[in-house]
Order: sequence, then structure tokens, then C-alpha cells
Amino acid sequence: MAEEWALVAWLVATTAAIRAAGPVALGGRELPVRAMRVISLLAPALLAALVVTETFRGEGSELTVDERALGVAGAGAVLARHGSILAAMAVAMALTAGARAVLG
Amino acid sequence: MRRDSLRAGIRAGIPFAVAAGALAISFGVLAEPVIGAEATLAMSALVFAGSAQFGSVAVLGAGGGLAAAVTAAVLLNARYLPMGIALAPSLRGRWPRRAAYGEAMIDASWAMASRGGGRFDPDFLVGATLPSYPAWFGGTVIGVLAGDLVGDPADLGLDALFPAFFLALLLGGELSSGRTAALVAALAAAVALVLTPLTPAGVPVVAASAAALLGLQRGAAGSERAERHPEIEGDPVG
Repeated sequence: MAEEWALVAWLVATTAAIRAAGPVALGGRELPVRAMRVISLLAPALLAALVVTETFRGEGSELTVDERALGVAGAGAVLARHGSILAAMAVAMALTAGARAVLG
Repeated sequence: MRRDSLRAGIRAGIPFAVAAGALAISFGVLAEPVIGAEATLAMSALVFAGSAQFGSVAVLGAGGGLAAAVTAAVLLNARYLPMGIALAPSLRGRWPRRAAYGEAMIDASWAMASRGGGRFDPDFLVGATLPSYPAWFGGTVIGVLAGDLVGDPADLGLDALFPAFFLALLLGGELSSGRTAALVAALAAAVALVLTPLTPAGVPVVAASAAALLGLQRGAAGSERAERHPEIEGDPVG
């Protein structure tokens, strides 16, 4: 089998297994209140980590401040003024693309 | 399945589907020269996990080999482990049904289905994922077919869409659930920033999820939102 199809097969299997692991192992069980408190804080933790890694990770995993940061900051400004999610994304894309065009 | 939750989820999932579709165009453009059109389309249809797809193809394209590419994908997907553990107590039924809900998880739908106090609305989650699937596959088709026309996806600023969307979820929903949530988010961001240059991609996000352990502190107000809305906190014990 060619390498690309082996990659697809491995990704299908591992992704499905990881997504199912928690629900299959722990599903339907009541967890202690303290565990539920931790769980309720997973979303802000994961979202904050995704925001900074998607904004500041360079191609070689180094930290970098580039046009994306400007775009995400613009999105933050839109959201702070209670703009919609789509407006925030449009501003992020436009600012990032615009800055790249200007800065070359 | 609760149809009202499903429908509400579909409506909430549409903005993310727009972003996912745009990102998928860039995936099609970038992956087609590396793994070919058929494997690119099969991957989007069957894997449906953006960061793992981008990451593994990038490793393969850089000559990293199959094992390194699969390892990168597993690390990038590893956050689904804590996400699935978080979702589990809200799921009912036998394991195949629970597994099916797990397969429906994507970052955005999981975060939007969070109801505070550690509870999730599983049918809302499925609904919020649904619009992204055709968008992800359709975008990949466009990217594969129109790669030459699109040029460099970075020129369009598509890579700013995901962080902007996650920021919207963070500011719009999660931080409003209390001071502890804001503290956890700040700590997680700091951990992710410190680890990004030091560890393989994917690890910083998983490690940052440990910031949620602040909820173990006595008196931590991790479920403030549930305390304001006691009807969504099912277990009053403790």
C-alpha cells in the first residue's frame, strides 16, 4: 500500500479511537462534584490554548508574532464591541490578508 | 435524540462551518501535491480532524516519514481524550451509542455544547458538528480542484480564522462563567505559549488543559454558572 493510503488508514483508526475512548470508558457515570468542576474548566483551558497556539506558532514550532496576531486582535476588538462571530472572523481574515499584502 | 437541541446546535454550528470550509480549501490546496487528490479527499471524508490532517501531511511533505506523520496526528488529536472524558458523564445508553457521540466531537461543537457545571448537551453537540462536515469535505474538493487558482492560502488570511473563532467562543461563553474560568484560561494560554517552542505540535494544548485542575481547589468557583442555574447541576451531592 502506498504511503499516503497508509497515512489515511492510520489517521482514521487513531482519530476514531481517541474520540471514542472517553465516552466508551466513562460514559453515563456520575462523577464526583470536584471532577465535574475540573471538567467545566476544560473548555476555557483548551480554547485559550488553541487561540495562542494557532496565533503565535511559527512553521518550525517557534513563537512568532506575525500578521495573524493583528487579525486575531481585530477579531477581539469586534467581539469586545459585541459584534457577531462571523464579523469577527471576517475582520481577522481581512486584516491578516491586508497586512500580508502590504508587508509583502 | 432531542430535536430542539439538535436544531439549535445546527444553527449555532453554521459560523464555524464557514470557517471550516475556508480552512478546508487551504487543506486541499496544501495536501494535494503531497498525498494526491484521492487520499486528500478520503482523509477529509473519513478523518474529519483539521489540525491532525494539516499536521500529518506537513510532516510527510517535509520528508518526515509515515511513523512521524502518524505520531504528529495522534499528538494533535490527543486533546480529544480530555474532551471525551468531559463529555462522558452527560452521555447515556450503551457503548456504541456513546462512541458515536464521541465521534461527533469537534473543538467548536464540544465547546458550544458545554452547559456549565461540567454538563454537556450531546444532541446540541451533534447538531453543531453537522454543518461543518459538508463544509469540510466540500472545501477540500474546491482546494484540490482549484489549487492553482487559489494560490497561497496564507495570502487570503485563512489561517487567522480558527484562532478568531476560538477567541469568540472563549470571550462569548466560557469566560462569562466566572473568575476561575478566566484564571484557568490565562494559565492555559501561558502554559501553551511556553511549551510551543519546546514540544511537538499538539502537546502544548493537551498540557494546557491541566490548568483546569485549578477547579480542585477548595472554594474554586468552577461551577458558578451552575450555581446561578441550579437546574443544570444534576448532582447536588457535596
